[in-house]
Amino acid sequence: MTKKTKRGVAVVGAGMSKFGAFPDKTSRDLFVEAYQEMKSTVDKGLDPSQIEAFYMGNFSADQFEKQAHLAPIIASWVGLAGIPALRLEDACASGSVALRQASLAIASGLYDVVLVGGVEKMTDLPIGEVTDALASAADTQFEIPAGFTFPGFYAAMATAYLDEYDASPQAFAHVSIKNHKNGALNEKAQFNQTIADIMESKKKRAAAKGYPVPTWSNELEFFADPAGNPNIAWPMTLFDCSPVSDGAAAVLLVAEELAYQFTDTPLYIIGSGQASDGALTERDTLSGIPSAAKAARQAYDMAGLTSDDIDLAEVHDCFTIAEIMASEDLGFFPRGEGWKAAMAGMTARDGVHPINTSGGLKAKGHPVGASGIAQVIEVWKQLRGVAGERQIAGNPRIALTHNVGGTGQTCVVHIFERRD
Amino acid sequence: MTTYTPESKQFFTALQDGKLIGSACIDCGHVMIPQRVICTRCHSDNTEIVEFAGEGVLSAFTIINVPPTSMAESGFSTKNPYCTGIVTLTEGPRISGQILNVDVANPQTIKIGSLVKMTTIERERNGEKKIFLAFEVI
Ligand SMILES: [Zn+2]
Repeated sequence: MTKKTKRGVAVVGAGMSKFGAFPDKTSRDLFVEAYQEMKSTVDKGLDPSQIEAFYMGNFSADQFEKQAHLAPIIASWVGLAGIPALRLEDACASGSVALRQASLAIASGLYDVVLVGGVEKMTDLPIGEVTDALASAADTQFEIPAGFTFPGFYAAMATAYLDEYDASPQAFAHVSIKNHKNGALNEKAQFNQTIADIMESKKKRAAAKGYPVPTWSNELEFFADPAGNPNIAWPMTLFDCSPVSDGAAAVLLVAEELAYQFTDTPLYIIGSGQASDGALTERDTLSGIPSAAKAARQAYDMAGLTSDDIDLAEVHDCFTIAEIMASEDLGFFPRGEGWKAAMAGMTARDGVHPINTSGGLKAKGHPVGASGIAQVIEVWKQLRGVAGERQIAGNPRIALTHNVGGTGQTCVVHIFERRD
Repeated sequence: MTTYTPESKQFFTALQDGKLIGSACIDCGHVMIPQRVICTRCHSDNTEIVEFAGEGVLSAFTIINVPPTSMAESGFSTKNPYCTGIVTLTEGPRISGQILNVDVANPQTIKIGSLVKMTTIERERNGEKKIFLAFEVI
């Protein structure tokens, strides 16, 4: 049965910090940046005393910064001590889970104006400990002792996918190259460089140091060269993986009937879905993410839409294989066709199903708790026509976000609409 | 013969004895690994411990080039990578384990669908030797 909420919810402000590695900043500093930008985007202005609650996605400040109980601290840092402040954790889907719970709280009638945020400060730890912290999003008793890492889980799904559909691993390179192309046009992205830019700078660095200059003649050659692009968990290479990142993002949600007090161009949340699952080994398939398909079905049903109605999507490309599986789980392409669509450019900014115009997690960066909210920032820009050089054509009106926790133990899908 | 109980840690007790255990639902026949008190298919709590034959096929795998700290402590590194994977047991359910008897330097030679047999592997963790589940390609 299709479930609908009784009261509509709108996004009326959206901002994010720059994503990257910031040794001098803590999560509270990053969130202040995101909050200030969000405030500046509220067209008719925001009086912060209107904010009634703060919902925050954060995976593991406990491990990354040795700081638990982060939500009240962050609330205080943006001058909002006193209001309810909650941290929600569902691994990399924490941001979208916070968005969903905040919108349900408004839909319930309890609140009218809610701040939603996401933040993660990951780069303080040495890489081995970051890998371990991320691995704690999987089943540490029964999956991790096998020697799995997060890149490893997705790499294993990639081998299952390649085998099942007789797919070309070159499709993974196409996803990365496309997302870097988009990220190069996003000033907030951790890597606002194309793969070609990165190749050039590697060549220059080699020449400057007197090393042999690599001879890659195109991006695919670079991608296939372990000297330039080492394996992390075969078949996933360094440039198949989203980076370790610091960053924060914030959006302002209000009850639908109040939206015009804040802006003449609100975005309405018209569909929301969330599903869970057991460990990767407990699923019927290894070449897709069942919780994503479930969450998408809920969101499409609530919105009364199908995948054909979606003008653009921000999907959870923590690894390149994840974007290909998402493009199938969300119904943009039939099972086993996502890899071909990626190679054919169908997910590029001018393709039939633009995916990750922001650069995605791959190029924009993946501060895990912030990623779900940062997806909404891109949707906000694209649907309001202010995405600058990376703005897609055709006056997009409907967008989707897809945020996965772990290997799909959680997935959250939202659909946004601009009405005019 | 040892009788195992459904607590999750018993999985590792059984593994020390070289046994792979799980649960079967008496009501619907669903087989699960590791063992569960409550059936994940029909919600029944009428389940019993079963022992698996330890045979199956390789369903997914990866070569870990950048290991987690626990595996690094056991001597694995970018220069000494290992294979880990997901095995579908003959009895139906899937389980993860390190995959042995494969050429980690040539992952293209490792085939999904290969027959595997359970074994155990000793790794050192925090200075202590522990037994882990592994599968050998046969
Ligand atoms: Zn049952």
